[in-house]
Amino acid sequence: MSIVVNGLAVDPPGDPRVSLLDHLRETLHLTGTKKGCNQGACGACTVLVDGERILSCLALAVQYDGRDITTIEGLAEGDALHPLQAAFIEHDGFQCGYCTPGQICSAIGMAAEAKRGVPSHVSADLGGAVTLTRAEVQERMSGNLCRCGAHNGIIDAILETVA
Amino acid sequence: MSIVDDAKQVAQGLMMGAMQKLVPLAPDSWIPGGKPDPLIARKHGLIGTPVSRLDGALKVTGAAAFAAEYRFEHMTYAALVYATIARGRVAAIDSAAAEAAPGVVLVMTHLNAPRMKNMPVFGSSPNAVGPHNLPVLQDDRIHWNGQPVACVLAETQEQADHAASLLNVSYDAEPSTTTVAGAVANGTEQAMFFGQPLRNDVGDAEALLAKAPVKVDQTYRTPRHNHNPIEPHAATIAWVDGGLVIHDASQMVSQQAESIGAVFGLAADKVRLTSPYVGGGFGSKGLWDHQVIGAAAAKLAGRPVRITLSREGVYRTVGGRTLTEQRVAIGAQADGTFDAIVHTGMSVMTPHNNMPEPFILGTRCTYAARSFALKVEVARMNMLANTFMRAPGEAVGTFALEVAVDELAVELGIDPVELRLLNEPEKDPLSGVPFSSRHIVTAWRQGAERFGWAGRDPRAGVRREGEWLIGTGCATGTYPYYRMPGAEARITLTRDGDAVRAQVDVAAAEMGMGTSTTTAIVAAERLGLPIEQVEVGYGDSAIPGAIMAGGSQQTAAIGAAVIGAHNALVADLLKLAGNDSPLAGLSADEVGSIDGGLASRTDPSRRESYASILSRAQRGAVSVTKAGSMPLELMHWSMHSHSAIFCEVRVNAVTGELRVSRLLGSFDCGRILNPRTAASQFRGGMIMGLGMALMEETQFDERNGRIMNPSLAEYHLPVHMDVPEIDVLWTDIPDPHTPMGAHGIGEIGITGVAAAVANAVWHATGKRVRELPITLDKLL
Amino acid sequence: MTPFRYDRAGDVAEAVRMGNAPGAAYLGGGTNLVDLLRETVARPERLVDVSALSGAISETDDGGLLIGAGVRNTALAAHPVVRERYPVLARAILAGASAQIRNMATVGGNLMQRTRCTYFYDTDGSRCNKREPGSGCDARGGFTRIHAVLGASEACVATHPSDMCVALAALDAVVHVERQGATRTVAFGDFHRLPGERPDLDTVLEPGELITAVELPALSVAARSTYRKVRDRASYAFALISVAAALEMEGEQVADIRVAFGGVAHKPWRATQVEGALRGAALTDEAIGAAAALEFADAQLLRDNAFKPALATRTLIAVLNALKTGETA
Repeated sequence: MSIVVNGLAVDPPGDPRVSLLDHLRETLHLTGTKKGCNQGACGACTVLVDGERILSCLALAVQYDGRDITTIEGLAEGDALHPLQAAFIEHDGFQCGYCTPGQICSAIGMAAEAKRGVPSHVSADLGGAVTLTRAEVQERMSGNLCRCGAHNGIIDAILETVA
Repeated sequence: MSIVDDAKQVAQGLMMGAMQKLVPLAPDSWIPGGKPDPLIARKHGLIGTPVSRLDGALKVTGAAAFAAEYRFEHMTYAALVYATIARGRVAAIDSAAAEAAPGVVLVMTHLNAPRMKNMPVFGSSPNAVGPHNLPVLQDDRIHWNGQPVACVLAETQEQADHAASLLNVSYDAEPSTTTVAGAVANGTEQAMFFGQPLRNDVGDAEALLAKAPVKVDQTYRTPRHNHNPIEPHAATIAWVDGGLVIHDASQMVSQQAESIGAVFGLAADKVRLTSPYVGGGFGSKGLWDHQVIGAAAAKLAGRPVRITLSREGVYRTVGGRTLTEQRVAIGAQADGTFDAIVHTGMSVMTPHNNMPEPFILGTRCTYAARSFALKVEVARMNMLANTFMRAPGEAVGTFALEVAVDELAVELGIDPVELRLLNEPEKDPLSGVPFSSRHIVTAWRQGAERFGWAGRDPRAGVRREGEWLIGTGCATGTYPYYRMPGAEARITLTRDGDAVRAQVDVAAAEMGMGTSTTTAIVAAERLGLPIEQVEVGYGDSAIPGAIMAGGSQQTAAIGAAVIGAHNALVADLLKLAGNDSPLAGLSADEVGSIDGGLASRTDPSRRESYASILSRAQRGAVSVTKAGSMPLELMHWSMHSHSAIFCEVRVNAVTGELRVSRLLGSFDCGRILNPRTAASQFRGGMIMGLGMALMEETQFDERNGRIMNPSLAEYHLPVHMDVPEIDVLWTDIPDPHTPMGAHGIGEIGITGVAAAVANAVWHATGKRVRELPITLDKLL
Repeated sequence: MTPFRYDRAGDVAEAVRMGNAPGAAYLGGGTNLVDLLRETVARPERLVDVSALSGAISETDDGGLLIGAGVRNTALAAHPVVRERYPVLARAILAGASAQIRNMATVGGNLMQRTRCTYFYDTDGSRCNKREPGSGCDARGGFTRIHAVLGASEACVATHPSDMCVALAALDAVVHVERQGATRTVAFGDFHRLPGERPDLDTVLEPGELITAVELPALSVAARSTYRKVRDRASYAFALISVAAALEMEGEQVADIRVAFGGVAHKPWRATQVEGALRGAALTDEAIGAAAALEFADAQLLRDNAFKPALATRTLIAVLNALKTGETA
């Protein structure tokens, strides 16, 4: 078995203590995925596993043997940025850029969840289809902290592209 | 020993005092900024046009490399062990199990660490940025709960962390001061800030207060805060040929290199510190114990080290903003004019640093009054050295002052906006020097108009939608214009055929403020080149000069240095152009840069391109390095950024939950250079102010001096759901006395916000909250 | 993290065989356990990964729902039957953590969450009877904003942090447990313990026992149910208090009612006294307040949490009124 990262099969770590985050950053040198708190409280390490967003700091890499991981490095097609990446630049949806990869991966996962009809804490109706209003996107993105205060630009970029 | 007694600081204070007496008297034309920067008059250039961040693509693709993302061959990983007592000694360290653990390369404690000097503490010399003056792993003494007592190096982070958990450290505790009451009982002292006492007396404020027909007199409290940049502090360190190479996260690159060099007895050119990307700083990304320990461990082990603080490690070893208790009393005539402003109180710091929270700074310049009594006292506790955090002083000081003004407005029955305008000073209320550029009245009027303030019902607790009580509030914010000496710029023009490129190097730091982009804008505009032909170098101690991303002064400091370097470049180019140039005979003062070359200011037809000048001189490149002027403008004028903050809050009548539903900042900060990144700076500051208002508090357990919420799960920052769409606008009126007409914008945003929220909470509920954060239990 | 051996179990039988070994612990989504491993609060010698097992949700013969322990929180909240028949459960899950965590976290793991008491987490610097039995409790006299007001003991004042479990407590759920050679069921109200003298034991699970499923009975009252969480920021924060409630009215009188509180005790607190006082009564603010007063009569307040009984009472009144009028969103 192996972990597939951005389309490439890689070996899982020999030490089961290695998190998916550290495996990406220290073994594979894919440092686009960020370590902010290493305790599941900031969202900077968000990656997509089989299209679902998860926190790679709380994931033991060995647990993800056989799974398909997409990181921030896997979003652009060659030199062409993913539309959400371009929108983040256009809307100034970041300052320092450290929470940015996590925000972007999270937003992509969020859009897929909404498409599947997963409700949120602010959904008035648990039964209906999901409309990604500003409040819906804010609630669904609340697992990604930003300390520079780029919240408005982040939500604008998401509403414009993937929502 | 108190650092206040440090002779250097006293001398610096005396020198500053003398300068402050002389410089205000000098004619304007002698002062930097005496003649307006020509860029202010340029209306159709890049300045003022929204430009996307030049490093944007690198950041959104994850390609920008931060400090913990550099690698060295044979690198080891570090883990730290932190003390669990507030004061005392290490009695014993049993490291046998740790040393025997798999992958361990080194266990370093005070027993085997290399001998090092103490960090040069902030203020002890121009480039000293040490947070405290304590030995780092040099003896058995414990000075704060959380102090590093050991460092483990191992082949992997997992191995290092595990081995660190196996270290068994025992302590002999000694009596400590970890309560505010205890610290005050030990005695308070006059607080000093950059060598000057935090104290001002104009007239007899207490007497005028006592006689004033209308007054408020209240106590306000603000808790400890932590910066919490999302990137934890980290450094990747190697010793190369007897010198130190540090890939660090720094907002004071050259100063940090020099300061850590001093610890190891290294000359400035033996330390290379790079920091091209910084994942947020807000005052915290400087020199702390971990870089010293990392470098020492690398030296001892003979291998490079990556030291990444855990989030807990950041709380244990990187200081935050200290707490304050402030009294604000305002006495007014019935017409609302202020007779007396009293703003006094205390904050706490440590025996080993000198950073009182200077909460009276904003009060010095905000309102006219017949008398002032301003004073900060400080008590000392056994705790981690506190430090600068975004708008030190103003962030918490404006909370107290601006809630008091709102309380007074209620007492007087005067609209709080009008009360502020009524007491608008014509000149600096304390020093009497003129303002360089103050258009806060415009900011208030524009903000009130946009917010829809007119017609506001002043009564509290009368608006309700379902469970939600609704109120609006406002406050003013202020932050000084600073420009620190030491900035240099190196401009290198390189010819490639008929084209030229400019490399502009400044020893500046970029934490996301947009500095690298703004520098490119400013340099391109001054050089008369398209921005695509300008490359900016920064974040590297090999670049000459020293510029700090602090005090909201970096852009002004860079601007002045670029002015200096550009003037020198023009002079050099004129020499190279010689007598065969259309420019022959013109002096440097008579030419300017335009359209990729130099031209006479009075006769633009007399021009020659850079490429042509270099080509005729048979030169591939020309390079100049120049410092900015001395920042004497600071003493000649009273210079500040200003804001008017408006907000609407909703308070849940059932649960007390507080939501900020609207937030608007109207700013007067001189010329705005890049509206796109400037708007983000304003919003970012305001959101940090929102956090301060609603939820932020570092929990310091007074029983043992230990921080109990060293975690982003338990120290709450605002999440997306907490942040409304924030409206920002600005006067965009250039200050004729600053480079580019600009003021700092990095810290003004946070000031005033907590007060505006508290004032809106009163308007919604009738409850006056004078202690931050405004948590729901205070509103039940 | 202390070194451990990692094994992925192929089925429940293999899992409980592996989990029977001394020092073994089961690993679900890892959202709490990996954090506790890193903090060295948890130091198992062997991790048995059960996150790929028991991932199905099925309707039971008597109209209830059998939820596999490996079902992810997101999947459970999004399940059409849960949304329709047990809205309190969907709402509780959606009020918890963040979307990323809900995508990882399993139902079984959620039941096994440990407290957020910061003294429990502070392995180096604080004493904690839950972490090290008999060592003492530094939370008493310290920061206790998130701590218990009901059912605490001298040894421990911690709270259970789960939102989902508060809903399950209100819904009379049943926990299915398996160990080598035996299965048993535990009523949800009996699953989590009060601290007493043994705060190190959060639940009644015996060593080696594995949660395989949570069963929801058919419960008509649950169709009109909701969850309200009160916290220190608008999202992504643990509850100060929360209320899970279900209500069936017959005219002006309460026909059936379920209430549980979160954030007030060492376990999700089924408010039996509130239910008893209100069943058959007219639903007035005064009646609800009096019922809550019974529930909180023995509340023991700490330095920072004295607001909780009043907050819980006010919130309960608002929740029941909303359920009564149908304005539960």
